[in-house]
Amino acid sequence: MAPVLEVSDLQTHFSTFGGRRVVRAVDGVSFTLQAGESLGLVGESGCGKTTTCLSIVGLLPRAGRIVGGRVLFEGEDLARMSQRELRRIRGRRIAVILQDPMASLNPLFTIYRQVAEPAYFHQRLRGRTLRRRVQDLLRAVRIPSPEWRMRDYPHQMSGGMRQRIVGAIALAGGPRLIIADEPTTNLDVTIQAQYLDLLKDLQRETGVALIFVTHDLGIVAKMCDRVAVMYAGKIVEQAPVRTLFDAPRHPYTRALLASVPRLGSKQPLASIDGQPPNLASLPPGCAFHPRCPEALARCASEEPADVETGDGGAARCWLLEAAGAAGGGRGRPHP
Amino acid sequence: MADPILEARGLTKHFPVRQGLLGRSHAPVKAVDGVDFAIHPGETLGLIGESGCGKTTTSRLILLQERPTAGTITFEGRDVAALEGAGLMAYRRAVQAVFQDPFSSLSPRMRVQDIVAEPLEIHTNGSRAAIRERVAEVLALVGLAPDVAPLFPHEFSGGQRQRIAIARALSTDARLVVLDEPVSALDVSVRAQIINQLEHLQRRLGVAYLFIGHDLATVAHISHRIAVMYLGKIVETADTEALVDRPMHPYTKALFAAALPARPDDRPREPTIAGEVPSALHVPRGCRFHPRCPLAMPVCAEVEPTPTPRDGGGTVACHLY
Amino acid sequence: MATVAGDRPFVRAPADGRVRAAVRAAREAPVLAVVILGGLVVVALLADVLAPHDPTFPVPGAGVFDPPMWMEGGRAAAPLGTDFQGRDILSRLIHGARVSLIVGLMGTLVAGTIGTLLGILSGYVGGWVDQLIMRVTDAWLALPAIVFAIFLAAMVGPSMWNIVGILGAVYWTRYARVIRGEVLSLRERDFVKLAEIAGASRLRVIRRHILPNVLNTATVLASLTVGVVIIAEASLSFLGVGVPPPQPAWGLMLSEARPTLMAGQWWLTVFPGACILLIVLATQLFGDWLRVRLDPQARNL
Repeated sequence: MAPVLEVSDLQTHFSTFGGRRVVRAVDGVSFTLQAGESLGLVGESGCGKTTTCLSIVGLLPRAGRIVGGRVLFEGEDLARMSQRELRRIRGRRIAVILQDPMASLNPLFTIYRQVAEPAYFHQRLRGRTLRRRVQDLLRAVRIPSPEWRMRDYPHQMSGGMRQRIVGAIALAGGPRLIIADEPTTNLDVTIQAQYLDLLKDLQRETGVALIFVTHDLGIVAKMCDRVAVMYAGKIVEQAPVRTLFDAPRHPYTRALLASVPRLGSKQPLASIDGQPPNLASLPPGCAFHPRCPEALARCASEEPADVETGDGGAARCWLLEAAGAAGGGRGRPHP
Repeated sequence: MADPILEARGLTKHFPVRQGLLGRSHAPVKAVDGVDFAIHPGETLGLIGESGCGKTTTSRLILLQERPTAGTITFEGRDVAALEGAGLMAYRRAVQAVFQDPFSSLSPRMRVQDIVAEPLEIHTNGSRAAIRERVAEVLALVGLAPDVAPLFPHEFSGGQRQRIAIARALSTDARLVVLDEPVSALDVSVRAQIINQLEHLQRRLGVAYLFIGHDLATVAHISHRIAVMYLGKIVETADTEALVDRPMHPYTKALFAAALPARPDDRPREPTIAGEVPSALHVPRGCRFHPRCPLAMPVCAEVEPTPTPRDGGGTVACHLY
Repeated sequence: MATVAGDRPFVRAPADGRVRAAVRAAREAPVLAVVILGGLVVVALLADVLAPHDPTFPVPGAGVFDPPMWMEGGRAAAPLGTDFQGRDILSRLIHGARVSLIVGLMGTLVAGTIGTLLGILSGYVGGWVDQLIMRVTDAWLALPAIVFAIFLAAMVGPSMWNIVGILGAVYWTRYARVIRGEVLSLRERDFVKLAEIAGASRLRVIRRHILPNVLNTATVLASLTVGVVIIAEASLSFLGVGVPPPQPAWGLMLSEARPTLMAGQWWLTVFPGACILLIVLATQLFGDWLRVRLDPQARNL
């Protein structure tokens, strides 16, 4: 089956200080997403995960430009579309959920108006049909008493409810792809658990594809089928979720997994020296090498190419080539 | 075990609320409502709970940013509320804090040298040279080279700024440091550095921590004992191992259920609970957790449970026990 | 690297980026403002040397109401003409710069200092101190500034330094308000709270944490209101209660020129007016540039 989304060698640059500096925020990102699949995009601040998502839907700030690659959404290249064409796709076929629900909701309009808007514009629903659709959506995101709640305003609802309303708005247009950028960061732990369960159920029921951007590996473990780990604008490892946790190939992934505290274990945490790099001044060779405990000599001068690892994963690391791509893969470099 | 360095008994803080045209007094917000806990020298007490549970207010009470409505805080045997003058200054010297946001914790127009030296200047009569030496010493303790002293905060990353904040807190040999979500605002790869650093400092200096957090795994990792708060009350305390092994209170179990798995096929031991965290303005009658509790009994809606002892040297406040 | 067709052309960073940067910095610098202000400062400092004649005595060999030298009837001795007493306009303008600058700058300094200190006190200490200062500020603001200044001038008698004090006393309120607002939000910042937790006294917190962080705002505010103070001084002089004669002041020159406005001796009004315009313009431009420079959020990231 054709993938819902196919990103090939996406490159997005930011020009800052009036063109004096160019930041390669996204530097050759490629991944594929099938219908009903959820992909976790993992990384720390500045790694390019949010910029990747903004590039996909064409919502980059003025200083940002896609300078290369393709973003094939159901066969059409989004990177080459005008804003007018993108507007017909955003909100209808691709929906975005952001981190701060108060920033996504308009404080002046009722819940009804905001959830109805995509259905009104994209599907041209009106009157009673529209009202019923809004109630169905609110019920789908488990808002109790939707007939009453839809007359409320955002400030009358709790954070968890607001984020669910945002989810309802996202679903209203009947999307094929939902991009969720750290939607639970501001939520309490028990509310987060409810919300993630909801998202999973919705995904199962509607078959929508999901890109989940997060820095939290626990969320990835719970929610995602496949994971892409980003560092300094590149995907350094991509794999099915079990493979990533059982047999991480890239030193960064390994270090991240080892540095997260685990309930019930008092093992000292393995920390990574240094801090995430400044994209405006990246080191030569592999961007991770200054912090890498297993760096080789060539890591400091040559950027590693993407190497498939045979169990459905791929990683960019010279160690893989050195070891001959363990797992029986043929180590064929990716473009 | 040695005597506790800090002990709270019946600690209560109510905030008055005015509503209505005539500014009539409403029922107060019971942010902290009769809370007991103890911190022992050189150990870490973890305080965990969700928004509105009162953990921030508790921290403010300990740091004397608020005065309690009722109850006492004793530090090294002396009642904190009665402190003034030299006694108060001694308390401030011994009890310091590190807050969540590294970007607003350091004065932007002061050099690192001055930032870390400030508690020393306030509490000691040391000469400039002596203070400078101490600053270099404590910067080295947190893993920063002494040549960062003349720099300004904006030249540092979030993790480094937190180290500077920790150095400042430890510069006067504080015996208790209140850490309010110290790693929540940091990148994942940096969190481990800071947590390890804090543990190392505790082993080396024997300083006690009150570690306030919302992430169970992090709090359980660094704490020797944990207290779970909900809507102004402590619902359960115990040694970390005992709590993780056998959480007793339904809310504690809910926190464990909501905790994210470490691996893709891990299933939580308990089911997730429904409902919202209620507002502290309308505290439910009886046990505060009963509207969301899957095991609620009729008595829970009427009578507030009192803490009863549990294994692991702790208490649990629930009618089930 | 593929370029993308359509409505999103990619802008390449120039290889000569540094040259471009220098040009941009030069273009954004307030060159005009600095030139004008710098020039005026020089003129004021060297007034005695630069002025061709004594500004308080009639020019020897010239009549009264002589037009500027490029007009018929003008003479080189009095390049911009003479006034109703035969005094050289140019010399009076040069000496007048001194008054405008001193009174303008010093008046702003006094107003800024009083206002900032009261604003800090009000914002940080709070409680009844805050209420008291704010009510006083409100009352002060209710009085029209110029009327109040005239009243004060009438009470203490006019002299250059009295005027400086008066203007300071009249214009401090706008600083107090703004600084108080900033202190209110500064007070809640973590680093201030941590200083209090560490045991810092209120004075120490104000001195080391509050004051340095409001100086930016105070400076920008000052540079933007220097113009107001200068115009106030000119207005006072115009009304006859400013710096007393024979010390020349631009406002006074305007006042003296009033009867002649319709009679056609335009140079008596235009030149002093132009000077006032220039100095206020220069301070405004400088203040704008300073505001953008000092506010990290306004800078292009």
